[in-house]
Amino acid sequence: MKTLLAQTAAGLRVLVVLTVLLGVVYPLGVWLVDRLPGLQANAEGSLVSVNGTTVGSDLMGIDPKAANPGHDPWFHTRPSAVNGDPSTSGASNKAADNPDYIKVMQQRKTTIAAREGVDPAQVPPDAVTASASGLDADISPAYAALQAPRVARANGLPLARVLALVEANTTGRGLGFVGEPRVDVLMLNLAVRAAGPGAH
Amino acid sequence: MAGLLQVLLLLAALAVCWKPLGDHMARVYTTPKHSRFEKAVYRAVRVDPDAEQRWPVYAAGVVGFSFVSIVLLYLLQRLQPLLPWNFGRTVNPSVAFNTAISFVTNTNWQSYVPETTMGHFVQMAGLTVQNFVSAAVGMAVAIALIRGFIRSKTDRLGNFWVDLVRGSVRILLPIAFVFAIVLTALGVVMSLKSGVAVTNPDGSHGTIALAPAASQEAIKELGTNGGGIFNANSAHPFENPNAWSNLIEIFLLLVIPVSLTRTFGVMVGNKKQGGVLLGVMGVLWGGMLAVIWWAEAHPNGPLAKLAGAAMEGKEVRFGIPGSALFADSTTGTSTGAVNAMHDSFSGLGGGGAILNMLFGEMTPGGAGTGIYSILVMAIIAMFLAGLMVGRTPEYLGKKLGKREVTCASIAILAMPLLVLLGTGAALLLPGTGAALNNPGAHGFSEVLYAYTSASNNNGSAFAGLTVTNGWFQSTLGLCMLFGRLVPILAVLCLAGSLASQRKVPETVGTLPTTGPLFATMLTGTILLVAALTFVPALALGPITEALA
Repeated sequence: MKTLLAQTAAGLRVLVVLTVLLGVVYPLGVWLVDRLPGLQANAEGSLVSVNGTTVGSDLMGIDPKAANPGHDPWFHTRPSAVNGDPSTSGASNKAADNPDYIKVMQQRKTTIAAREGVDPAQVPPDAVTASASGLDADISPAYAALQAPRVARANGLPLARVLALVEANTTGRGLGFVGEPRVDVLMLNLAVRAAGPGAH
Repeated sequence: MAGLLQVLLLLAALAVCWKPLGDHMARVYTTPKHSRFEKAVYRAVRVDPDAEQRWPVYAAGVVGFSFVSIVLLYLLQRLQPLLPWNFGRTVNPSVAFNTAISFVTNTNWQSYVPETTMGHFVQMAGLTVQNFVSAAVGMAVAIALIRGFIRSKTDRLGNFWVDLVRGSVRILLPIAFVFAIVLTALGVVMSLKSGVAVTNPDGSHGTIALAPAASQEAIKELGTNGGGIFNANSAHPFENPNAWSNLIEIFLLLVIPVSLTRTFGVMVGNKKQGGVLLGVMGVLWGGMLAVIWWAEAHPNGPLAKLAGAAMEGKEVRFGIPGSALFADSTTGTSTGAVNAMHDSFSGLGGGGAILNMLFGEMTPGGAGTGIYSILVMAIIAMFLAGLMVGRTPEYLGKKLGKREVTCASIAILAMPLLVLLGTGAALLLPGTGAALNNPGAHGFSEVLYAYTSASNNNGSAFAGLTVTNGWFQSTLGLCMLFGRLVPILAVLCLAGSLASQRKVPETVGTLPTTGPLFATMLTGTILLVAALTFVPALALGPITEALA
């Protein structure tokens, strides 16, 4: 018992010292290094500005809403279990055999197919599944290609121009094998808007 | 094919680090020299670094340190309104209790949404600190056990405070610092702001949450901890922004458990002894990777069939290969970070993740916990072999008598007891049904996963389960505590017993423990223990779902 008490008291002293080192000096040290140019923008969230307004983060997907759904000029992100609210994050956590969620997914498939004017069988998997973070910045090249004709029409742009922009905002696999090909939705939407007739 | 190359790149990186890091760790724990900084620390905390401890004193150090850590972490959370960078966030008593145990036991189970619950000060001075020291405690216990094997006729196992400080300062801190910067370079945030207001291109407004993530992300993986600074954990774009950060995080969570097999080999004076353990760990890790990957890559289950692929709860940038690799590694190392939501995995994929934990932290296990868990299993394997040939079993020149086998058995049986009793008791409660996020066999799996994760100090979850009621908060907290301390005490008792023995010379009758025969026996023992204990439970949940 005496041993335990003595060791516990030593433990408290060690913990205090290590808290200063590992809990204050270490994180603030990392923070300080991350003020270096080249790191600071990343450290603060890889924010994207247009004409002085912060419009989002390069790494984050927030689904834009069309003012007029019949004239929808946006590329859309994947479904989000947190409604694309970037102040939080999370997933649906629905099981692979959840009967209620099957209906939800069926509905998504129908809605997207109608929006793009295609057969439901053509809707790619990432379009109807909620991401893990609820903030997935990316869609698959297939989902971007599916949306391109509508986006081109709504923005008054030739389809070839929009497809070129999709291509320009697609990131391939690192070294040809690390990760999966993906299209950054925010950057793509900004590029489309900049190219459109309404651009300023 | 691309996914396979990704796995090979990971294995190559681990292979490159195995020797230098393993040798470095062996030096750290064997050199008699203290650095000037460490000497100042020992003076400040009034500890004599050259006084070696008997196993009960070493154990008292572990228990005492864990106790004050839990109390301090609880108080930090409860007193958050008085601390800097609190952003008006508060932590209620049951979350604070559960979280304090969770981070001190290297579990890092999270029953809260960090973005709205924990301020930056608690994250840094509370949670980050435990990310370091809980890993260092695990490594210290592993080293004490190794000393038990290499020493003879002594009652001394080393000095816990020295092992703790050296593990933190000489191993974890420098690697974490470098990789925190590397991760920022790849896009992980490191901000002291609570968030930033944005005007989306469609004109709507929102706030993007920010946090000092990079410093915590690095040690969260390196120390096989797993607690996210954001709710979505390593699936969050600010914790794991691209496929490269993903691969680096997987590398970090494997590198210490893997390299400790080298440390073990160096310390016992026969590197093949470490190599064979690594082989067993690698085979089980690889086998479970194949199971999880196959299960997710093929549309198993109605949802994946409807969608066309199992992308529910996965991120596009990682895809299925990057998610399966992470899931296998995080459940094999008792890390518990996730880059995809295991709750939405198929029956077989999610069941694979559960089984990987049920092996008991040895595929390749957590920082320190992996090597001591597999050494305990090796003792059981040698005991079984001894029974078969009717000879007193030995391992590394130490006789495995009644006391050694008893300690090993306690270390192994604590976890199944907690998992099965916890799951069973929870299912008897009327309130549990309402906490489930999914019906049927999968609902059962959610509860089984929770107790498996807590008792193995993993920390990942079938996160749909609502664990905020008093029952789950308290019982899962206790599972984490006992799942951590009971094996540690048994292992230290075992170490003490081994150290007191004299070495028995090797004879022709000694079973060699460096060859394929031993590797097969050890693998068989691990599989057999897990199967005999858990097949009924697995049959009720994941197996039923997979066969439906």
